[in-house]
Amino acid sequence: MTYLSRRRGFVLAGTLATLLVAAGPAAAQPQTPLPPGSPLIGRPDTEAAKKLAPVAPPPLPAAADKLPLDKLKAPKGFTIDLYASGVDNARTLRLGDKGTVFVSSRIKDKIHAIVDKDGKREVKVVASGLHRPNGIVLHKGTLYIAELSQISKIENVEDKLDNPPKPTVIFSDLPKDEAHGWKYLTIGPDEKLYFQVGAPCNICMPSERHAKIYRLNLDGSGLEVVASGIRQIVGMDWHPVSKQLYFTEHQRDWLSEDIPQDKLNRVTQPGKDNFGFPYCHQGNIPDQEFGWGRSCDEFTKPITLLGPHSAPLGMRFYTGTMFPAAYRNQIILARHGSWNRTTKIGGDLVVVKLKPDGTFRSMEPFVTGFLQNNNYVGRPVDMLVMKDGSLLVSDDYNGAVYRVSYGAQRTAGR
Amino acid sequence: MRSLAIGAILAGFAASPLCAQSLDERLPTCFACHGEKGTSQLPETPSLGAQPAFYTTVQLFMFRDKLRITEPMNEMAKGLTDADLQRGADIISKLPAPEPISGTPDAVRMERGRALGQKNHCNFCHQSNYAGQENVPRLAGQREDYLLKALRGYKDNSRRGYDAQMSEVVYPMKDEDFVDLAYFLARQK
Repeated sequence: MTYLSRRRGFVLAGTLATLLVAAGPAAAQPQTPLPPGSPLIGRPDTEAAKKLAPVAPPPLPAAADKLPLDKLKAPKGFTIDLYASGVDNARTLRLGDKGTVFVSSRIKDKIHAIVDKDGKREVKVVASGLHRPNGIVLHKGTLYIAELSQISKIENVEDKLDNPPKPTVIFSDLPKDEAHGWKYLTIGPDEKLYFQVGAPCNICMPSERHAKIYRLNLDGSGLEVVASGIRQIVGMDWHPVSKQLYFTEHQRDWLSEDIPQDKLNRVTQPGKDNFGFPYCHQGNIPDQEFGWGRSCDEFTKPITLLGPHSAPLGMRFYTGTMFPAAYRNQIILARHGSWNRTTKIGGDLVVVKLKPDGTFRSMEPFVTGFLQNNNYVGRPVDMLVMKDGSLLVSDDYNGAVYRVSYGAQRTAGR
Repeated sequence: MRSLAIGAILAGFAASPLCAQSLDERLPTCFACHGEKGTSQLPETPSLGAQPAFYTTVQLFMFRDKLRITEPMNEMAKGLTDADLQRGADIISKLPAPEPISGTPDAVRMERGRALGQKNHCNFCHQSNYAGQENVPRLAGQREDYLLKALRGYKDNSRRGYDAQMSEVVYPMKDEDFVDLAYFLARQK
């Protein structure tokens, strides 16, 4: 981390702390320090925390000086800095035409905007009172928001950051299941909104409406099925050349420690592809209950497997020019990390390189270190390629956004 | 019936507006409904004794920030500081574990409940003695009617968890499973 960015981090944290105190319901009362081990400041490092159970992020974002930046490692020549702290439960990252970075949340109710003005960053609330607003995307100045069971929009959002209107709902005919109900939202080359309705369970026979990718016109009309047999998705992106849709998919829990593995998929036959849930897992394991009488050969195979329970979330094609040429048009993918496994895996970014025909060539580590001694010190969610070619990374565990850059920055200050 | 009882208790304590009261001033109201010795006597109101502090902190946080809507808890948590939430959860975690329902249980129902807990992996996250851990609540000795209400709420999506894990687990389960599980857990020591 450079001296400048470290200082900026502290300044930003100071501003945020002021904002939080002023905005919170606790404004009138003096804040006393929280005791060590409080879930409000971070997950306690106890024996119990290491047992097999879903990992809950602390309810409050970590302070800038408590972030795990010194533990994160990237290949030689890359630098990882803090971009913004205090971004509660930071999930999907999107960039506005005027340079605003939008950040969604899943456990919380807010969408944030990070505004960079003359090198000084400010975090603003764009929308609140939303229900699991994980999916966001920008198109021609309009912010589209996918909550658990509805899709809404704010037009010309970057002109209204100081006084944002309530989002206008464009589509609400969606199942209301909490399980895998949060959405990932993207816009296709056909200028339609793409999102998924996940399976409302770990393993079950989903209804006709569940376990599918859908697309929708920008005005909320024309709902169509794009693909089916999908358990849950929290990351999709479009190949910059072939324009095909790639997505990460989470496979079922409780089958075993080592199978099934989560998947990286590609849609080659829109409207027809079926990826196998609940009959077939990881492309080659029939389900113990639902797999009888079916064959994995009926279904579209994954491009590659991404590790058991590793929870791949965001995936983006690197379209910038700052990183070495070998990264161009390759996939950078965030593995949030496992919980349904004694020895955790993931908690990293990997680079998936593709062959010219769009199939899998290789997978290698990119940013590592979120997992330390079988405990998470942070959990990566989504990425964003910035105009200068640097890569932002969100961390929902700490409520922070990091910036990965290459070359130009001097790393001597570390 | 329950809301009338809670209403009467709240009216008794709330001589001044709740949001102006400190945590210590509010605690008697908490105990009046949830039981000062960790065991609740009020229908559909959970016993909180020995509840992991992480879980209670998160629930109080969700009540305060209206991520979980359950009156009167949203009103009770309004205006509390982060430190209050933590301290309240710590105090509650030190209350004695709730008293399980006494008497000789129906062995067949107990066995069905125990088996359901294993089949659905409840005993992994909530631990084999159902004492809970961290963000996963204690279930042993919890009120049977509250357990049933919570399970049904996760199934019909009216109960919002911090994460959606419970909704995943209960989706394939039937109502008679909930009845058996609640029977078993309420009688766990």
